[in-house]
Amino acid sequence: MKKRNLFSSLLDWVWESRSDLYENMTIRDDDEEVNVITKAEHKEDIEKVKEKVFDAADRGSFRKWRFLYKILAVVFAVFFSAVLLITVGQLPKIGEINNPANNEVEKRYIEKGLEETGATNIVAGMILDYRAFDTLGESHVLFVAAIAVTILLRLDKSERDPEDTKITETITEAEEEDKIFEPHHDAILQKVAMLLVPIIILFGIYVILNGHLSPGGGFSGGAIIGAGLILYLNAFGFENTERFFNEKVYKTVIFSGLAFYALAKCYAFFCGANGLDSHISKGIPGHILSAGLILPLDIAVGCVVACTMYAFYAMFRKGGL
Amino acid sequence: MNTNLLNNYAEAVSMIIFAIGFTNLLLHKNLIKKIIGLNIMDTAVYLFLALKGYIKGHVAPIIIDGVVEPEAYINPIPSGLVLTGIVVSVSVTALMLSLTIRLYKRYHTLDLDEISLRLKKEGL
Amino acid sequence: MRDFVQNFPLFSIILCLVSSSASSLLKGKAAKWVNTVLICVVGAMSLTLTFYCLAHGSFTYTMGHVPAPWGNEVRGGVLEGAMGTFFCLIMLLSMTGGRKKLLEEVEDTKQNLYYILVNLMLCSLIALVYTNDLFTAYVFVEINTISACGLIMIRQNGRTIEAAVRYMIMSLLGSGLFLVGICLLYDITGHLLMSNIKESVQALVESGQYGEPLLIAIAFMMMGLAIKSALFPFHAWLPDAYGYSTISSAAILSSLVSKGYIFLLIKIIYRVIGFEVVRESLLLNVTFVFAGLGIIFGSISAMREDDIRRMVSFSSVAQIGYIYLGISLGTQVGMVAAVFQILSHAATKSMLFISAIGLTDASNTSRKFKDLTGSAYRNKIAGMGFAAGALSMVGIPLFSGFISKLLFMQAAVANYGKMLPTMIVLAISTILNAIYFMKTVVRIYSPERDLYKGREGFKVIHTREQIEYTCTVILFIALNVALGLCSEPILELIGKGLEMFA
Repeated sequence: MKKRNLFSSLLDWVWESRSDLYENMTIRDDDEEVNVITKAEHKEDIEKVKEKVFDAADRGSFRKWRFLYKILAVVFAVFFSAVLLITVGQLPKIGEINNPANNEVEKRYIEKGLEETGATNIVAGMILDYRAFDTLGESHVLFVAAIAVTILLRLDKSERDPEDTKITETITEAEEEDKIFEPHHDAILQKVAMLLVPIIILFGIYVILNGHLSPGGGFSGGAIIGAGLILYLNAFGFENTERFFNEKVYKTVIFSGLAFYALAKCYAFFCGANGLDSHISKGIPGHILSAGLILPLDIAVGCVVACTMYAFYAMFRKGGL
Repeated sequence: MNTNLLNNYAEAVSMIIFAIGFTNLLLHKNLIKKIIGLNIMDTAVYLFLALKGYIKGHVAPIIIDGVVEPEAYINPIPSGLVLTGIVVSVSVTALMLSLTIRLYKRYHTLDLDEISLRLKKEGL
Repeated sequence: MRDFVQNFPLFSIILCLVSSSASSLLKGKAAKWVNTVLICVVGAMSLTLTFYCLAHGSFTYTMGHVPAPWGNEVRGGVLEGAMGTFFCLIMLLSMTGGRKKLLEEVEDTKQNLYYILVNLMLCSLIALVYTNDLFTAYVFVEINTISACGLIMIRQNGRTIEAAVRYMIMSLLGSGLFLVGICLLYDITGHLLMSNIKESVQALVESGQYGEPLLIAIAFMMMGLAIKSALFPFHAWLPDAYGYSTISSAAILSSLVSKGYIFLLIKIIYRVIGFEVVRESLLLNVTFVFAGLGIIFGSISAMREDDIRRMVSFSSVAQIGYIYLGISLGTQVGMVAAVFQILSHAATKSMLFISAIGLTDASNTSRKFKDLTGSAYRNKIAGMGFAAGALSMVGIPLFSGFISKLLFMQAAVANYGKMLPTMIVLAISTILNAIYFMKTVVRIYSPERDLYKGREGFKVIHTREQIEYTCTVILFIALNVALGLCSEPILELIGKGLEMFA
């Protein structure tokens, strides 16, 4: 092949005169017999395909229901919005200072929030100190969802399939299948990830640590770190990620985070309800190491959320961690 | 009728979105679209809650320069409720999606009626 | 410094949460022991709490150093303690009864995950029983929903996963409505703690302000909880979910999950809105109609079933209709009847499910009626359990079902407007119950010339092969008879608890 520079190749391609690619190509002679399918076999094939694949137009029994569902959906949506709109019309005006929602509860949170919790972010002080029980329940919602997804999607090495689930994959087959779709040493992805992943994780850590001083907190920071881990996984593959994040790490982090949260809050609630002093110092407001238990709880929640987000992604992709 | 509908137009929009999401979750045939309806419904609730806290002329509840008068900040309670709601929504979406994956792997369809029909045929 | 017993609600909840996260690290057997010990400890704590509250009255416990309305609160009382103890007892018996099937039907690597779900289910039930804050109730309702979905789908065949999807869709609709109700109520009252909301609601009712949003908010909350506990038109997911999951799941789901939501509804009616306001708002009439229809349709569908577990599931629909009938009668007696029906149904339904699995096991795991003929002779203890449960459902004296039907009649007589429809519905449903339950009992006890029917799998299961199962069924029968015979002190307890409840 003659060496041609880029510009002349481009001109040739534009004018369709010649191309280096086509010049030396030939078509292979097809010496083999063509597979002749009989009409009966063809019909049988179509029936088998129809059995496996769902074709809406084919199901006559559903056609009348579809129409009814559409009409019913529109009527129901209009009726429901009408009821809700009538309600909204009677609600207090948005933004008024004299709304029922702006009462003594809110006033105390703002006035005494700083001195009672030590956090300059009033919302963080509220969810991790005044109403910490709700946040405890909420982290366990995330945990139980991760468990449920694990039950459904994790492929285990055990051979016994008690219910004949027709899941034909074992974990090794799933890994092989996943490797087909994984980008193999994609240059752009890896270079960009090498630049971005440290920044993302650092930013996530910053958001977690500053949860009590500025907008942020465990949940948002944890989601950011989770996103960073997912980007790393996509760029570098499962082998590299499993060097520092595998099933054992995941289980340990989840257990320690949740158990620490529950036990620390149990101690705080016990002391508070019984009038004892919990000896947790509130520190100087505005410093990182302040606000009592809020900083450790933020870290615990952040770790749990990051691991859960990564686990969701890994389960969906490969069926295992 | 003394109605605040025009003043509360943002709340009205959020309620319409809620109704659309609710109807989607209830009556749509496709499983993925039901999950999208669920997310629409939850987003409408967050919008509604976020509007609850707003007070005209006040700023976000991060204490700046040691100012602790309630006249300076908006109501922080609805923000905490939205935080909880978002986490719950993410969890149930993940669960519903994994259920959809399992059903699809087995029946190769996303239509709930079709799956019931095939189950009846299997006669479990 | 409070009495130590007052810390027990907090300790129960924290213990459940920590043991559930710990079970994620343990293997199946260790997780099983952790689960059993946890249920016993929480049950014991609730029992102590009940006796303490009988002596000293109800108390509120601040979660943290600030009282309501700025911080969270839980509240302990006689009714809460009694419900907590009862839930623990039923859960323990359901788990032991279904243990063998659990080992067979769930993969080894996923056994500990099942126990995590059961622990979290227990945690959410205890929290729903004790909580005094509406938003905490919402969060724990979500935990309840997700763990119930997990309990249904642990068995992982096509039927259960489809049932789980249907259950989640219905449940999420209910949660969405419940959340919007809470937001609307917060908008017009400004509080999230139950006692504070009640004061604001009374002030609003007197001043007449925000009348319509209040009505819509209450309606949404009630409708959301009714959807989640499978009141009449929203019961489509129930037969699939109860009929095909593993047996301890079916027992826990049918006895405890719906009852948790109904208990929360009773709590909201008493403690958030006030009984008077709800009665005047005509919402109870709507519930009454749905409850009546649910009873009739549930019984008719149960008669048409050919599969024993689906038949028992459809009768659950009818029994939940009974509970809502009691609530919607709008009187104190009606509420007592509803709460007693909760206890009676929980005890009976789990017994029916556990006995049914014993019968099907002795008949080649087939659930069709024609294969179950004479199965009570193959598995004697299961036959006794099923017969006792069926007699209780129909309302034969000596069992708990009779007392609950009696209470419903007494409540109906006290309310003139709804007396006639209630009596007609109760009469029709008793006849229908008798038809399908007695038919089944006769069938399983009809002697067959050839016990083994000449086919494989029809084996006689001796008592000595299944000691845990036998003890469970005997305890269930004893519980049912105890509820039936010693109902007076229990009714007194419920009445006292309801007075303290508001």
